[in-house]
Amino acid sequence: MSGRRLSPQEMARRVARDIPDGSYVNLGIGLPTLVADVVPPDREIIYHSENGILGMGPAPAPGTGDPELINAGKEQVTLLPGGAYVHHTDAFVMMRGGHIDITVLGAFQVAATGDLANWATDEASMPPAVGGAMDLAVGARRVVVMTTHTTRDGRPKLLAQCTYPLTAAAVVDRVYTDMAVVDVTPDGFVVRELVAGTTPDDLRAVTAAPLHFAPDLAVLVPA
Amino acid sequence: MIDKRVASLADAVAGIGDGATVLVGGFGNSGVPVALVHAVLELGVRELTIVTNNAGTGETDIAALIRERRVRKIICSYPRSAGSVWFEKFWRAGEIELELVPQGTLSERMRAAGAGLGGFFTPAGADSPLAQGKEVRVIDGRKHVFEKPLPADVALIKADRADRWGNLVYHSAARNFGPVMATAAALTVAQVRTFVELGELDPEAVVTPGIFVRRVVEVPA
Repeated sequence: MSGRRLSPQEMARRVARDIPDGSYVNLGIGLPTLVADVVPPDREIIYHSENGILGMGPAPAPGTGDPELINAGKEQVTLLPGGAYVHHTDAFVMMRGGHIDITVLGAFQVAATGDLANWATDEASMPPAVGGAMDLAVGARRVVVMTTHTTRDGRPKLLAQCTYPLTAAAVVDRVYTDMAVVDVTPDGFVVRELVAGTTPDDLRAVTAAPLHFAPDLAVLVPA
Repeated sequence: MIDKRVASLADAVAGIGDGATVLVGGFGNSGVPVALVHAVLELGVRELTIVTNNAGTGETDIAALIRERRVRKIICSYPRSAGSVWFEKFWRAGEIELELVPQGTLSERMRAAGAGLGGFFTPAGADSPLAQGKEVRVIDGRKHVFEKPLPADVALIKADRADRWGNLVYHSAARNFGPVMATAAALTVAQVRTFVELGELDPEAVVTPGIFVRRVVEVPA
């Protein structure tokens, strides 16, 4: 019997724990955006948005927003004191030039080699769309993925090799799932933490790649 | 005397022809020069190549151009948005060509055009299907793909204020692609919320200097 899965908020809190004070961070659209809401209040984090915001703040109070001040997911946001607007090329210089300390991205698939697939599936009925995913994946200093461990219909997302088209090869440093914290190393996936109640065999059963377990494997207690 | 201010939207888009490559500023609904795009629609030109981040949503601006069959090809990073129904309909029917470009590559290709460069190598997309048919080179141990400049006939952008020399300042995140698009087109047209007198814009804060801008038109918000 496997332990329960983390909720999105619990996953976000686990990701946030590892973001150091003073980091420049880009959060991908979807699940990763939850991280901004749960960073411990004693840390000052500067959020970057690809459309030209550095020092992005939370959603505005109802009725006070600027309709042109939006994040990458096209939701209204605010600018913190000290924040700045830049134009698109500069926003992507920050992303592609190694100036973003950490990016948290969603994923369709992650391979044991660190390959990331998060922009296209094999579904042919929808037009492909990439946005800034490839720029972040190759350019951020640390690329971490936040995703459920399996798809909605239970298929593994952590694989020996991606089957979907790649966003970038050998870029992912760590994967935070709703079951475990897994590092990508030269030896493949190394599990650092398992959610309380989940066993190594439980995790193996839903992962399509060899798993190594860290000697100091820790229990991830939902917080 | 230099005066780049024009009196009407029709004057602002005059001379744009069939088959033109047109850069359109904006990200989502932020910074889209809606009035200029509608003026292009009124102009009746066809076979346009539109370069923009998204492929239009709802029934206005780029979506309207697509719906009225004015667009032959779209070059963008993210055509699949909630409400991008006209693009999706035409794309499924094979009636519009899509060139998908990573967003930073889109912006940098326009920068290269504006800066007179012959292109650049970037790791973005080098391991993806988007590199197919392009030169791939290993530089300092890392795979890079060669991307060509993306020059255009016209850029349509939105700014907040302009003076008669065409100097521009923008409003919040509506700045997005405006400054780089302004450099990459033969004819750059900006719609602005208001005109100001020469000298009123703080020279330390001018974002797009007038050398990159040919026409400005006032479209009060």
